Amino acid sequence: MASIEMNHIVKQYGDGFPAVNDVSLDIADGEFMILVGPSGCGKSTLLRMIVGLEDITSGDMVIGGKRVNDKAPRERNLSMVFQNYALYPHLSVFENIAFPLRLAKIDDAEVRRRVNDAADVLELHEHLERKPANLSGGQRQRVAMGRAIVRQAEAFLFDEPLSNLDAKLRGQMRTEIARLQRRLGITTVYVTHDQTEAMTLGDRVCVLRKGRIQQVASPRELYEQPVNLFVAGFIGSPPMNFLPARLEGNELTTPFGTIQLDERRAAAVAGRDLLLVGIRPEYFEDASLVDEARRPLGSVFRAQVDVTEWLGDSQYAYIPYEAPEEITAQLRALSRELDSEELRTQAIVSIDATSRIREGREAEFWLDSRKVHVFDPASGENLTRDAEAGAALTRMAVEEREEQIEESAGASRGVGAA
Amino acid sequence: MSRREKGWWIVAGLLIVVYALFPIAWIVSVSFKQASDLANGQFLPSVFSLTNYKLILTGDASSLFLPALRNSFGICLIATFISCVLAMFAAYAIARLDFPGKKFILGTALAVAIFPVISIVTPLFNLWRNIGLYDTWPGLIIPYLSLTLPISIWTMSAFFREIPWEMEQAAQVDGATTWQAFRKVIVPLAAPGVFTTAIIAFFIAWNDFVYGISLTSTSASRPVPAALGLFSGASQFEDPTGAIAAAAVIVTIPVVVLVLLFQRRIVAGLTNGAVKG
Repeated sequence: MASIEMNHIVKQYGDGFPAVNDVSLDIADGEFMILVGPSGCGKSTLLRMIVGLEDITSGDMVIGGKRVNDKAPRERNLSMVFQNYALYPHLSVFENIAFPLRLAKIDDAEVRRRVNDAADVLELHEHLERKPANLSGGQRQRVAMGRAIVRQAEAFLFDEPLSNLDAKLRGQMRTEIARLQRRLGITTVYVTHDQTEAMTLGDRVCVLRKGRIQQVASPRELYEQPVNLFVAGFIGSPPMNFLPARLEGNELTTPFGTIQLDERRAAAVAGRDLLLVGIRPEYFEDASLVDEARRPLGSVFRAQVDVTEWLGDSQYAYIPYEAPEEITAQLRALSRELDSEELRTQAIVSIDATSRIREGREAEFWLDSRKVHVFDPASGENLTRDAEAGAALTRMAVEEREEQIEESAGASRGVGAA
Repeated sequence: MSRREKGWWIVAGLLIVVYALFPIAWIVSVSFKQASDLANGQFLPSVFSLTNYKLILTGDASSLFLPALRNSFGICLIATFISCVLAMFAAYAIARLDFPGKKFILGTALAVAIFPVISIVTPLFNLWRNIGLYDTWPGLIIPYLSLTLPISIWTMSAFFREIPWEMEQAAQVDGATTWQAFRKVIVPLAAPGVFTTAIIAFFIAWNDFVYGISLTSTSASRPVPAALGLFSGASQFEDPTGAIAAAAVIVTIPVVVLVLLFQRRIVAGLTNGAVKG
């Protein structure tokens, strides 16, 4: 087990394109770190630089206190689960899992013991003699994990390990990975573009955009205190709504009525004219269902509902709005970058599943203005971010993790002598 | 597929099989005919006789045929082995590494493959005589390499390209050196490709006539195809047709055996299950 430190890591390809640009990131011993971002943001490249499959153009990669820039993958003692699993088709499941041990010339009895331990953890016992070709996707995935956990690696690296599974299996494997990581307490770096995985698995999440780190924080901090438009738009599903707003005193005039800002936020945005207000879908509600006590905490507005989606436990309403040309262009560029092609400017609003709001009608909505964020449309910076509150959230997550590791260290019998 | 359609497919298949196998059946039948029987215009021999086989295996022609068979086997196996090993490394480099001149190497290999053999036989003949390679095994192995290497490199690099990169990277992360990754992961996965290539290379060498007849003069190195041309009849008025047919049948046997032996190794889809599928 080891910590991983990256100092000003740069990866430039032959044509000078920087896939990873000046990334500095410290991953603590035993931490579960997620690298997330839209396709082409450099997350996989970064992971491959950690494991040594990709050369580092400049910067230092330090694993367990040693600089490993010039070390071959096999000298770094890391284990990796590939996106397509990369199982050896000519070897049985047993030999697949045993492969790293065989290379390390470990004696047969020990190999048998360790592979059996790993098979216990992953429930692969009845498949040990089969070939990978005869396994289902989920089983192959488990074999790939078995190969990773069987030796005492310094860290686990996952490269979008669940993207080839169907939705149901993905959910199961996700919890499986989380359980395994907690149990083994091994430093883990996990690349994904799926934000559910990012939010549920990670102690901390590193959001990348075009090879640069945007924000490294606990999932809660990312959600509640994003540093900029990109992070705010990327984290959360359905995504955060961005409404154009004009500032008048302490009030923001938006297409959905005026929003009253508290003093701290008013001070932060003072002196600007055109702004973007970021409102998460769940900050909205059907006004008729909001109880009187909460009503004064937000504002009420009327709007035409375009489409509603009823999902049983929740309901979404889509409300189109008009935005100035410059804002529309900005939002469109952002949505393109987030891999979603948003054709019109519309707000997605989460309302109670029992709400009787119908499509095509005008309805009254309530908006909780306490948690809205205000962004500078030009730079994308979050003007109202409360860094302290955010840091507190991440601190809490770190403490929780340490507690969990201590607990599991006391409880687990250990696998693969780890 | 309807029954009628199926029927047509069977008929068409049979036609092709007959078309392809008839010459072989014919030569087998000729090999069992007696000399007097050769021109009787019948497909089957009137008297089933082994005289031709006796002639080439134990009789007069055996001094010509048996050493030739030994030469052919030795030379072709050695040439195939060397060309497969060389092609394996070359193809691996071509499939995996990005180096300047990659296209040039592939292009040159192709150019060598399509270069007419007959045009280099004469200079080779002179050169070999001068440096003492004429009528020796290496004297044939080297030209055979020039025949088999290009095609081996091309087929094998196609096979290597099919093997997912991740396989090897996974092996490296698991603690393998480049050589170990190559030997323990790539080579087993490429085995069907290597066998296919080996068979193709062996056939090319086995079937060669031009080099065989031009660069040899004695039974020290003369291969079978050349030896067949030198058979003579019992008297100068007799054609050695029967003996040639018998020799041709014997020469075909190793080829058939090889294909049957390695048929199972040449199954495609061995890499199924390696990656998502």
